[in-house]
Amino acid sequence: MTMTPLHSRERRAALSDPLETYRRMNEIRIFEDQIAGLFAEGLVHGTTHTCQGQEALDVALATTLRVDDVVTCTYRGHGIALALGMTPDSVLGEIMGRVSGCIGGVGGSMHLSDLDVGLLPTFAIVGAGVPVAAGAALAFQTRGEDRVAVSVCGDGATNIGAFHEGLNLAAIWKLPVVFVVDNNVYGEYSRIDTTTPITDLSARAASYAMPGESVDGMDLDAVSEALGRHVARARAGEGPSLLEVRTYRFAGHSRADQAAYRPAGELDAWKSRDPLTLRRSALIDAGTATADQLDEIEQSVRDAIADVVERTSATPEPDASAMFRNVWTPAAASPPGQP
Amino acid sequence: MTRMRVRQAIVAALADEMRADETVMLMGEDIAAAGGPFKTSEGLLDEFGPLRVRDTPISEMGFTGAAVGAACMGMRPVVEIMFMEFLGVALDMVVTEAAKFHYLSGGRVSVPMVVRASVGSGGGFGMQHSQTLENWVAATPGLVVATPSDAQAAYGLTRAAIQHDGPVVMLEPRALYAERGDVVRGADGILPLGKARVMRPGSNVTIVALGQTVRVALAAAEELDAEVIDLATLYPWDQTTVLGSVRKTGRLVVVEEAPQSGGWGHEIVSTVTSQLFSALHAAPFRITCPDAPVPYSPSLESRHLPTTEYVRRQVTDYLRTGQVPAPWWLEEGLTA
Ligand SMILES: Cc1ncc(C[n+]2csc(CCOP(=O)(O)OP(=O)(O)O)c2C)c(N)n1
Ligand SMILES: [Mg+2]
Repeated sequence: MTMTPLHSRERRAALSDPLETYRRMNEIRIFEDQIAGLFAEGLVHGTTHTCQGQEALDVALATTLRVDDVVTCTYRGHGIALALGMTPDSVLGEIMGRVSGCIGGVGGSMHLSDLDVGLLPTFAIVGAGVPVAAGAALAFQTRGEDRVAVSVCGDGATNIGAFHEGLNLAAIWKLPVVFVVDNNVYGEYSRIDTTTPITDLSARAASYAMPGESVDGMDLDAVSEALGRHVARARAGEGPSLLEVRTYRFAGHSRADQAAYRPAGELDAWKSRDPLTLRRSALIDAGTATADQLDEIEQSVRDAIADVVERTSATPEPDASAMFRNVWTPAAASPPGQP
Repeated sequence: MTRMRVRQAIVAALADEMRADETVMLMGEDIAAAGGPFKTSEGLLDEFGPLRVRDTPISEMGFTGAAVGAACMGMRPVVEIMFMEFLGVALDMVVTEAAKFHYLSGGRVSVPMVVRASVGSGGGFGMQHSQTLENWVAATPGLVVATPSDAQAAYGLTRAAIQHDGPVVMLEPRALYAERGDVVRGADGILPLGKARVMRPGSNVTIVALGQTVRVALAAAEELDAEVIDLATLYPWDQTTVLGSVRKTGRLVVVEEAPQSGGWGHEIVSTVTSQLFSALHAAPFRITCPDAPVPYSPSLESRHLPTTEYVRRQVTDYLRTGQVPAPWWLEEGLTA
């Protein structure tokens, strides 16, 4: 069955239904699982970084933020892009270098964006999104808007200068920005404890005199609740804060990485707290849905993603003129996020 | 002579230098336990231990700066910048600190460090992981910039760079890491910095290339009477070899992996034109990438870098007409 893809804003609005948040978490998981297969078939080339295990954070961002708030995130951004509302067609199209991609296939996996749902182009340089989020918040503050910026970076990114400079600026200017550190235990092939002398990354906040908190990143409700408080605080003009979200990278760092460097048992221990399973139990326990209903959702997501893969595979690559589009900025372009 | 991949030649060069000189040490992200994101330091942690082969946090400014300090104190650090773009957050340490220290200390301080960075397109890594960016570092007095084009050059230039008493940036074309070639190891395999390599003799036209474009130029030259020169060291470049060749052929083509505007080939063309104006049979010209970022889509990425077919056609037209041919994008009516 071929469905007309919804617009990203409609997909975002749909998340007000708790069953839709479950559907979206599954969509991200199944989408990411597909990427590995497409790689093996040679339909995706270069590199790609998937986010299985981090779906709770992705969806919590989408349900907590207003659609006119903005997010900066990393190359591990498929999940956040889908959660915020980008269609699987525009994300997969970009990953496969097809004209249906969000920027017509010239960007690839690491360069997703959709200003309609507040996603600035995802950052391929570690740490770069941190001061840029502070800058977005600077614009909101200067113009007196009650919008909020959220920077999502990895645990590894807390060791780069841009992270510290961004936090300090935000602190002295009291900017409406929330710094989310997605601590998935690894930066590339290095475990956090080999690169960073502290285990509690929210402690970084103390140097910049801002509140810092760590939250269980596998539990959607816990992440949403904490993020909601930090965002509300920023929106109320109380300044920036840091939220460490403790997740786990179920897959390797990128494409072929089998992550053999992980200690035995670590992955299984985290998988026993899979955010999708936890969510499923929570919905059933609360009586929000029956197991059958959730099974049905999972199956319909699988079918929908299979359709997206089929459609995208049949979509052409861009022609040479695409190489030359948007290199220069025309004088009349309006600033991103402005109507 | 041993047959090896470019990345293995780099490992061999690092290992040979580390065996010969205890002050040589390595730093970079995932270079030790994992053997390097591109396997250019495989096995070195086992042989030389964690004091000399160090994994770093994601802190390019920190560890590149640490290399400057360690070099001032008598070590010979080699730092790996996984993708050249990441040098953007550490450029001060290379261009403004390391390159100036000898001069600003009245010759008393030397900074014998090497920055190795992978460069270029061809891997589908997208526009922020596919640039060559030699302009960031080339034309900085005091800083040597070299680029290997095959396994022998990878071995020979890396060893020469480590032995050099000043700072050297090695720009390694990522697309060549898996290429195989014959390598002479040991002292005979060292290629001096500042010396270009004549890869193929010819009498009709001189083609100057660098890094990834050397194999393109060599393949394109097959049916032409072209002399192909691998510049090898970009700064300071080997004027003697290039001028000598053009004096003989009377024609010059530079094949560059860089945008058309501001590319290093301007320097070669300008010097040759000024020095050999009356000996030229035709205007020298450059075959480059277009002035556009490297696109991801495979069919576009492969056109961005000059292809063998395109270079052959351009040089053939040039030889036939004596005129400089238009680049493909203008022929197709495309501009940014
Ligand atoms: C400045 C810079 N240095 C190095 C890299 C290469 N790199 C890409 S992702 C990555 C690991 C980042 O780890 P983390 O911040 O924990 O994020 P994760 O990948 O786990 O989501 C590295 C080192 C880069 N993109 N930019
Ligand atoms: Mg991480």
